[in-house]
Amino acid sequence: MTEAIDTPIIAEGLVKRFGSFAAVDHVSFRIAKGEIVGFLGPNGAGKSTTLRMLCGLLRPTEGRALVAGIDVARYPERVRERIGYMSQKFSLYSDLTVAENLRFFAGIYRVPRAIRPERIRFAIDMAGLTGRETMLVSTLAGGWKQRLALGCAILHRPPILFLDEPTSGVDPESRRRFWDLIHSLSADGVTVLVSTHYMEEAEYCHRVALIDRGRLVEMASPSALKQLKLGGDLLVMECDALGAAIAALHEAPGVQDVAAFGNSIHMLVDSAAPAIEALPAYLAQRGVVVTRIERIQPTIEDIFVQIIGADKTKGPAS
Amino acid sequence: MRARRIKAIAVKEMLQVWRDPISLMIALLMPFMQMILLGYGVSLDVKGLPVCVFDREASQNSQALLKHFQASEYFSIVAGFDNYRDVTKALDRGQCQLVLVIPSDFTERLNDFGTSSVQALVDATDTNTANIAIGYAQAVVSGFSSDVQLQMADETGSGIAMLQPVAIESRVWFNEDLESRDFIIPGVVALVMALVGAQLTSLTISREWERGTMELLVSTPVTPMELMLGKLLPYFAIGLLDAIFCLALAVFWFDVPFRGTLATLFFTTSLFLIVVLGIGYLISTAIRSQVGAAQIGLLVTLLPTTLLSGYAFPIDQMPTIVQGVTYLVFARYYVTILKAVFLKGSGVLDLAAPILAMVVYAAIVAFLAARAFHKRLD
Repeated sequence: MTEAIDTPIIAEGLVKRFGSFAAVDHVSFRIAKGEIVGFLGPNGAGKSTTLRMLCGLLRPTEGRALVAGIDVARYPERVRERIGYMSQKFSLYSDLTVAENLRFFAGIYRVPRAIRPERIRFAIDMAGLTGRETMLVSTLAGGWKQRLALGCAILHRPPILFLDEPTSGVDPESRRRFWDLIHSLSADGVTVLVSTHYMEEAEYCHRVALIDRGRLVEMASPSALKQLKLGGDLLVMECDALGAAIAALHEAPGVQDVAAFGNSIHMLVDSAAPAIEALPAYLAQRGVVVTRIERIQPTIEDIFVQIIGADKTKGPAS
Repeated sequence: MRARRIKAIAVKEMLQVWRDPISLMIALLMPFMQMILLGYGVSLDVKGLPVCVFDREASQNSQALLKHFQASEYFSIVAGFDNYRDVTKALDRGQCQLVLVIPSDFTERLNDFGTSSVQALVDATDTNTANIAIGYAQAVVSGFSSDVQLQMADETGSGIAMLQPVAIESRVWFNEDLESRDFIIPGVVALVMALVGAQLTSLTISREWERGTMELLVSTPVTPMELMLGKLLPYFAIGLLDAIFCLALAVFWFDVPFRGTLATLFFTTSLFLIVVLGIGYLISTAIRSQVGAAQIGLLVTLLPTTLLSGYAFPIDQMPTIVQGVTYLVFARYYVTILKAVFLKGSGVLDLAAPILAMVVYAAIVAFLAARAFHKRLD
């Protein structure tokens, strides 16, 4: 059982087919206790389907999911007592008040009567809904709804959380608050698997799983992903003749890739320091004056686009 | 199975019904409206049938006969005419359903031959009413005949007139006034309960699917059994409330005699509610849209209950095959029970057969309902 404690989420070759379409195609991973793992990918990539299989909502066509050390397909109810789930679509009762929703889920999860008021109090405070307990959920704004949904999902203090695009359609301020909550839960040892299509949210995760067309393309920490995958350094450059510069740079030594990026140029080079040293002179010989050249940190989006681009040339046409 | 979870679901369901105007109307207003509508609308009695008269003799005797008709609660004379064309028109446009034509030699023949006849023209579009009307008309005329006989016997002093040698002395039991309403209203209660019960629960699961709340519910450790009990309990309470309401209307508003015991009524009504609510729940698990579920619910309860439960149309007059089919109509047993409890005052032991049938039905429905819902999205 030590594995179950250290590795609360294990997916082994998960496959989900709807007819001949493979929504999830042989996905395997392990998630450690207290980790925040982000599922990143475009809509329809298979993120939700994978989460639903881990919660026992969908039966895997192939493969196995172990959550809290329990085989999900075999003992779904035992797993459900140990997880909290937030579905992609808001699914609390809109015709019930904030407090009524919380009481309902406290009853469903059998939160002991003695500590129930305290737990509900905590959830209301956490969601910032103090003073709004008697409001109908249908009258709440998006950010509050999401936090209330999270509050309902953690009422029974589950050690594992599955959050399916919890921040979609929520304003940036609310999204930041939401991630603060997730980090404090993680600090308490809660394991969180969260899907998102906001690329910048990947930075909040300990590890990121890139998912495309049902397959797990890459899984690593955001910083490792950035190091690993570009195979070089990213530079930004500004100059007086954009078109001439791009044409010249394609021929330049040590330059792997060049692309216009607004009024500037992004390029991938073997190594940053020698390139910054040599390139202005190289371009000056060809009549281009460089006004600015420096190294920048790539975003996850840069990485994702590049990996998916490479993947598409290999994979079947979709 | 955990009582806490069942309670949480029951409370939630109650709150949702309470806040949903449509559910609330189905629960509270629909039984009242249907009882009134069906209670007044469905009557197989023929009373105050409109009659037109063409009295060609206009004598004391013919007037005496018409007075007999007027005095009968079954007829009311609405118009008199003096030619065939007008009475035919009156019949055609539905001013009356029966036309009485008294011949010009009515009294003359009576005096000369001791017998005479009148003509009745009947609108037989509705054969049932026409038959009843003819029967009642004959009864009125024979009442008048015996008056005439007695009168003639008096006048001739011949003492005893020609009386019928053998006559049936009938006594009517259980529905002494032969009021069809007394016999139909208990059936109407069953009809209303079947309708309302199935409507209430047929929405309960489909609502969760339609509003997207099912996905979260399925992800919780609640078991299908807990879900079913939690969802049916509030509707059972509402159903009992509706039953009390309908039965009270039957007794205090429609004046249907109640001769049974409340315990029998409570026991059999509970049994019936289990069947009806269970069927609604089964429909709800099978059909994910609320509109679809409501329509199937109506189809499954309304049609068989109105046509095949025997609430208004006697089962033993149906073709044999159809009679066989009625054994599958659950409302049939409750209709039988209600009529017997109301009019005969039957107890549980007298009603062992229909009660047993309902127990079997309830067991099957409960078994199917408990297995119907799977906690999966696929």
